[in-house]
Amino acid sequence: MEIARPTDLAGVLDALDADPAATLLAGGTDLMVEVTYGGRRPASVVALRRVDELATWEGRTIGSGVTWARIEHGPVRALAQAARTVGSPQIRSAGTIGGNLGTASPAGDGLPFLAAVDASVVLASTAGRRTLRWDEFLTGPKQNALQPGEVIVGVELPEHLPERQEFAKIGARNAMVISVASACLVREAGGATRIALGSVGPTPVRARRAEEMISAEPSPSPAAVAEFGRLVAEEVSPITDHRSTAEYRRHASGVLARRLLERCL
Amino acid sequence: MIRLTVNGIEHTAEPAGAESLLATLRDRLGLAGSKDACEQGECGSCSVIMDGELVCSCLVMAADADGSEITTVEGLAPAGELHPVQRALVEAHGVQCGYCTPGFAVAAAHLFEREPSPSADDIKEALSGNICRCTGYGAILRALTGLAGEEP
Ligand SMILES: Cc1cc2nc3c(=O)[nH]c(=O)nc-3n(C[C@H](O)[C@H](O)[C@H](O)COP(=O)(O)OP(=O)(O)OC[C@H]3O[C@@H](n4cnc5c(N)ncnc54)[C@H](O)[C@@H]3O)c2cc1C
Ligand code: FES
Ligand code: FES
Repeated sequence: MEIARPTDLAGVLDALDADPAATLLAGGTDLMVEVTYGGRRPASVVALRRVDELATWEGRTIGSGVTWARIEHGPVRALAQAARTVGSPQIRSAGTIGGNLGTASPAGDGLPFLAAVDASVVLASTAGRRTLRWDEFLTGPKQNALQPGEVIVGVELPEHLPERQEFAKIGARNAMVISVASACLVREAGGATRIALGSVGPTPVRARRAEEMISAEPSPSPAAVAEFGRLVAEEVSPITDHRSTAEYRRHASGVLARRLLERCL
Repeated sequence: MIRLTVNGIEHTAEPAGAESLLATLRDRLGLAGSKDACEQGECGSCSVIMDGELVCSCLVMAADADGSEITTVEGLAPAGELHPVQRALVEAHGVQCGYCTPGFAVAAAHLFEREPSPSADDIKEALSGNICRCTGYGAILRALTGLAGEEP
């Protein structure tokens, strides 16, 4: 196995230019499981851990190499809440937001927040940079728009983030659990609301009809909150797998939606 | 070839392919204190401190650990002595089969290094990535809350 351990972004791009099929390695918390259990044998690896440019968080740009441990103590409330639910201290000190996007699991806990605020993903190769909205980047379960030769530089948040924002996830226990359903809701003081749910569709699901309905309610009545939950449950498209059933996930989506909304009122 | 400083001693090693740091420590450097139980980050028995961070060595690609400083359970205390968390685990009977113990000791030592008097909740949080199949956790928590001078 070949490994390149560049110390700056230019070095990463050169290594990828020389070998566009190389496997990118950040914290390794997804990749090493594939190596050990999935029989993945990368012929060549480009390791990103030493690249400070990728590990910086400046204003609304979060570098792909920023770890969950840092995000957990960072300034963005709902993203910090999501970070706190990732794995365990050991997983959070190694795992990165870029790796979450690279894996593009429907259960990726960083993804509902990115979807709720309409964040973008910045990619780079020697050919230049491109910026894709989250839903252009996440194309399916474990699928994304990353091309050979490209690296995720980071995530770009919108200029304005609603002050009221909440994330919650449902799983079998508190620590070390992959979500059965998760949701992130953001709400402006004036009522405009967005909600994205994880683990209930191939990629994060925005419940747009529910958003439209509740955004028109500056101070929703209990009946409006209940209706919001009902609409969200209607809009998700969960499946049954070894972690849970489609029915439970649909129910849980409605409960999460109501709870997060109430916390934001 | 990679260079590692493990418990203050410099080593070189030749990991095969994408093997984990855990495999390199155990099979190439003869440091079998870090235990291999799940090999997928779930149990914490392979926990080591790498450049100041607590990580699962089964999830670190050894080839990417080149140049790093690692503390394993063997390095928590000088030879023949026990680290305070190790002594606390022994005295409070926080060990049964012992397979999880190196991971708990490393995770607890890492916590106490940053926070000499952690609360009971801090301790639970810091150990949430470590699984023990024998003790039921009560004795482990009693050992460490005792060390922190806290009521469990
Ligand atoms: C025990 C355990 C518990 C976990 N719990 C959770 C959880 O609760 N919630 C959750 O969301 N996830 C969880 N995970 C999954 C994992 O920790 C996260 O997805 C994490 O964010 C992955 O980041 P990483 O840096 O370790 O990625 P890596 O394993 O290094 O990489 C993952 C993938 O992304 C690619 N990649 C990495 N960085 C880049 C980049 N900059 N550009 C392009 N591609 C890149 C890699 O090539 C690889 O395909 C868990 C994993 C384990 C082992
Ligand atoms: S062996 Fe590494 S966490 Fe279980
Ligand atoms: S003492 Fe046996 S697993 Fe913990």
